[in-house]
Amino acid sequence: MPDASRIVATDCGSTTTKAILIERVEGSYRLRGRGEAPTTVEAPFDDVTVGVLNAVGELEELTGETFLQDSRVGTPRQGDAGADLYLSTSSAGGGLQMLVTGVIKSMTAESAQRAALGAGAIVIDVIAVDDGRQDHQRVAAIRSIRPDMILMSGGVEGGTIQHLLDISEVLVAADPKPRLTRGFTLPVIYAGNSGAVSGVDQVLADRFELLVVDNLRPTLEQENLGPAREAIHRLFLEHVMAQAPGYDKLLTWTSAPVMSTPRAVGEMVQLAAQQEGTDVLAVDIGGATTDIFSVFGDQFNRTVSANLGMSYSVSNVMAEAGVANIGRWMPFPIADRELRNRLRNKMIRPTTIPQSREDLLLEQAVAREALRLAFAHHGALASGLKGVQQARTMADLFTQAASGASLMNMMSLGLIIGSGGILSHAPRREQAALMMIDAFQPEGITKLAVDSIFMMPQLGVLASVLPEAAVEVFRRDCLVPLGTVIAPAGRGKPGEPVMTWEIGEKKGELSYGELVRLPLAEGEEATAVLDPRRGYDVGAGKGRRWSGPIAGGVAGVILDGRGRPLELPEDAAARGTKLTEWMRAAGAMPGEGR
Amino acid sequence: MPIAYTPGLRVTGDAVLHLERRLPMKGEVLVSPGEAVTSETAVARVEMPGNLHTVRASQLLNLEPRELVGHMVVKVGEAVETGTVLARTQGLWGLFKSEVKAPVAGTVEEVSLTSGHVRIREGARRVEVLAHCAGRVTEVIPDEGAVIETRGALVQGIFGVGGERTGVVKLAVSSPEARVSAESLGDCQGRVLVAGASVDGETLRRAAAAGAAGLVVGAISDEVLREYVGYDIGVAITGREDVSMTLILTEGFGELPMARRTWELLASLEGQLASVNGTTQIRAGVIRPEIIVTREAAGGEAAEAPAQILQIGARVRVIREPYFGALGRVAALPSELVEIDTESRVRIASIALDGGETVSVPRANLELIQE
Repeated sequence: MPDASRIVATDCGSTTTKAILIERVEGSYRLRGRGEAPTTVEAPFDDVTVGVLNAVGELEELTGETFLQDSRVGTPRQGDAGADLYLSTSSAGGGLQMLVTGVIKSMTAESAQRAALGAGAIVIDVIAVDDGRQDHQRVAAIRSIRPDMILMSGGVEGGTIQHLLDISEVLVAADPKPRLTRGFTLPVIYAGNSGAVSGVDQVLADRFELLVVDNLRPTLEQENLGPAREAIHRLFLEHVMAQAPGYDKLLTWTSAPVMSTPRAVGEMVQLAAQQEGTDVLAVDIGGATTDIFSVFGDQFNRTVSANLGMSYSVSNVMAEAGVANIGRWMPFPIADRELRNRLRNKMIRPTTIPQSREDLLLEQAVAREALRLAFAHHGALASGLKGVQQARTMADLFTQAASGASLMNMMSLGLIIGSGGILSHAPRREQAALMMIDAFQPEGITKLAVDSIFMMPQLGVLASVLPEAAVEVFRRDCLVPLGTVIAPAGRGKPGEPVMTWEIGEKKGELSYGELVRLPLAEGEEATAVLDPRRGYDVGAGKGRRWSGPIAGGVAGVILDGRGRPLELPEDAAARGTKLTEWMRAAGAMPGEGR
Repeated sequence: MPIAYTPGLRVTGDAVLHLERRLPMKGEVLVSPGEAVTSETAVARVEMPGNLHTVRASQLLNLEPRELVGHMVVKVGEAVETGTVLARTQGLWGLFKSEVKAPVAGTVEEVSLTSGHVRIREGARRVEVLAHCAGRVTEVIPDEGAVIETRGALVQGIFGVGGERTGVVKLAVSSPEARVSAESLGDCQGRVLVAGASVDGETLRRAAAAGAAGLVVGAISDEVLREYVGYDIGVAITGREDVSMTLILTEGFGELPMARRTWELLASLEGQLASVNGTTQIRAGVIRPEIIVTREAAGGEAAEAPAQILQIGARVRVIREPYFGALGRVAALPSELVEIDTESRVRIASIALDGGETVSVPRANLELIQE
C-alpha cells in the first residue's frame, strides 16, 4: 500500500473537470480543496489534459500549494511541490457506449446488460433472439449506432450454439463502425456458451476483434459477471480511452489506471455499503440522464436512464410520466397547458433556473417523477435471475415467490445518497430529503444524505489504491447527512394511530397521513423506541417494537406516517391541502418558516 | 463576469454559409467543384442495399447446416421472387418432399454452411441528397457528398419539427405580435408562411392541408404541437416527424411575439425562395432549425452583428417565469449574490421592463436581443 499524504484526483466529466485535494493531517485523511474548469476534449483544444491542468491550477490557487511541474501533475512529490498520488476518472466524450447481445432477452441478454452497466457503460441497444425484431431490422438498428464495443452473451454451458451463430451473422451483416474511428476493428467481448466459440470466431473472422472470456451465465441459476466486466474495463482503457484526445498523455500521468466515472461511483457505493453494513441506494440526477446504483445484500447494480433528466430531458420525463403525474406533486393547481409550456421552455433553454416559488415547486415535482421512473427502471433490472427453475414446497404455494423478483427491499435499505443539481443544490436540504422520500418511498429506518460536490467518482478511484483514505473522506467530507426518515410500512385510514414513538427526550403518537419533523443536528444521535401498531412495520416485524440509535442531519428526523405505498388523495383540493401540510411539516415549503 | 443565456441563434441578412450535404452511406457524388447548383440539384446518390432476410433453411428442412448446399435449388447471386423454391429435400421415394421458399423477392446473397441459413437481399432503394440551397460546390467529399457555399439570409429558430423543404416566403399576418388565423391564410401552396406571435391547431392543419411548405411563428402552445405531430415529443431530437409542413418556432412555447429583428428580416424576404429545415437537437452538438434564403451578393464581405455582452443598457428578454417573455433593458448588474424568492442565492440583473417596472431577474434567465 503506498504511503501517500497528499493526493490529487480529477474527474473529467463531459462538461466540467473537477479536481480535489486530499491530505493526511495528524493521521487522518481529509478533503482540503477543490477546483474546476471546463473539459477540453472537443475542438479547439482536443486535449483532455488542458482541462485537467486548468482545474488543478485552480486548486493550486485556492489552496496556495503547488502540484503542477513541467506542465503535468507532478508525482511523486518533490519537497513541497507535486503530489504523492494523482488519480483520475473520466466520462468525457460521451462515456463508454456498448451494444449488448444475448439469446433470451430476459435471461442472458439481461445478464449481459447488467455486466455492461456495472462496468460503467451506456447500453445503446440490446439485441436478442426474442427481441421482436426481424434480422433486417436488427441490422438497420445496429447500423444506426456507433458502439465502442460489443458484449456478446447467450447460451448456458452446453446450451444453444445456433442462436449465437445467428447473432454473429447479424453483426457481420450490419458491419458496425466504432464511434472513435482511427482505424481499429471493433472489439467484441464474447461471454457466451464456450461451445460456440469456434463457430462465432469463424463467422466474425477478421471483421471484429474477438476477446473470449468466461460465460457470464454458465447455468440459469448462476451469473458470473466479473470476467466480462474486467474485459470491458480493460478494452475501455486500451481502445476507447487511448483514442480520446489527450488521454494517451493523461494515462502516463496517473498513479493508477484511469477509471470510467460510473464505475468509480459504483466502487464507492459498494464500499459505502460494506462500511455502513447496510443496503445502499445512490442516485445521480443530471440534466440529460439519471444513474442509479444499488447494493442489496451482496448484489451490486447500476442502471442509466438515458432520457430522464432535469433540463435536456425534461420533456421526456413529461412524456413518460404524463402531465397528470407531474401535476399531482404541486401543492396548488396548475393548468396542464401552463405546465406543458413551462417544461418545454425549460427544454429549449436548459440553463435557466427557477425564480419563483411556483417554478421551483414545479421543478421539484418533475424531479420526483424522474426519480420514480428511473427507480422503476432500476428495479426491473436489479432483480434475481429470471428463468431459474425453483423447487417448490407446499409453503411456497402461499408465498408466490417468482423467479426474477426485484432485489429492492425498501425495508432493508439503510442509506439513500442523492446527487445532481436538483438534489445537491436545492435551496433547502429539507426539500432534497422530501423529494427522495416521495420518489423512493423507503420503509422502516433509512438515513438520507447528499453528495454535495459529487466527489464519489474521485473517491471511487482512490478506493482502488487507498481504501481507508477513501472511506475516511467519504464519511467526513463527502456526504452531507440530511437525517433519518422513519416510515412505518402498512396501510390504514386517515387519522388512525400508526405508531407511538420516543426519540431522545421527546415522545408522541404518529397518525396515518401525518408527517412530523424533529430537529436532530448533524453529528448527533438519539435513541429511538418505536412501537408500531398492528399491521405496521418499522423493521422488527409487524406490530413489533424497534429500538436503537438514529442519526441526525440538516433535515433532522422525519416521521412519515403516510403509509406505503404512498397514495395521494384523488381529489385535487384535498391533495393540495395534504401536500402543503407535508411540505410545511418537513420544512420544505419555500418562503415559509422552517 | 456578467453572463446571460445566449442561445447562439443567428439572424442575419447576409451570411456566407457552407452546407455539408452527405449521404447516409457511401455512394456516388454527382457534382464537381465550382459547379453551380439549385436547391433541387442532386448532389449525391446511393443505391441503398435492400433489407436482408434470413431463411433458416437447414432447420426447416431438418438438415445439418453443411448438408444444405447439396439441397439448394438456387445459387448465390440468383434473383428470386416471393415463393421461389430455395432448397428442397427429396424425402423417401420422393413422397415426403420438403421445400423452403423465398419470403420476399430479391437476390440470394449467402448460403451459410456454419448456420445453415440462406440470406436474401431485397432490391436496392435509391437515395439522393439534394443541394437544398442554390449556390456553388466548393468541395467534394469523396463518395459521400459535397459542400455547397451559398450566400444569403439565415434565420435560426429555437425549435422545429419536419425536415427539409423549399417554398416562397409569404407574410401571413401584418405584425410580429399578431396571431395568425385560418381565415387570413390565403393561398398557401408552396409557401413558407410567416406568422406572428402564435398559431392555433386549426390554422396549422389548414395551412398544411393547403400545401404550405413551412410555417415560421414566434411560439405555439405545446398542446397544439402534440396535436400537430400526433404524439408527445420526448427527447428533443426532431426532423423526422411525419408532417407535410415544416414548423419552426423562433422564440419558444406559449405566446411570444416574434423578435422584431427576425420579423423584419423575414418581411424583407417576402416573395423569395426559402429553404427551411425543422431539424432540432438540443444536447451536445446542438442543431437548430433554419430558414435560408439565397440572395445575390451585395458585394464585399458578409458582415454579421457583433456578439453582444450583458452590460448596463443592453436590450434583453426574460426567458423564465414570472416575467417570461417580458422585454427591457439592463439597469444594474450587482456583483454580489442575491437571495431570490426560491431562497437560492444567485447573480441577478436589475431590468427596467418596457412597461415601466424595474425587476430583479437571475442572469441565467436573460437572453440578449440584438438591436
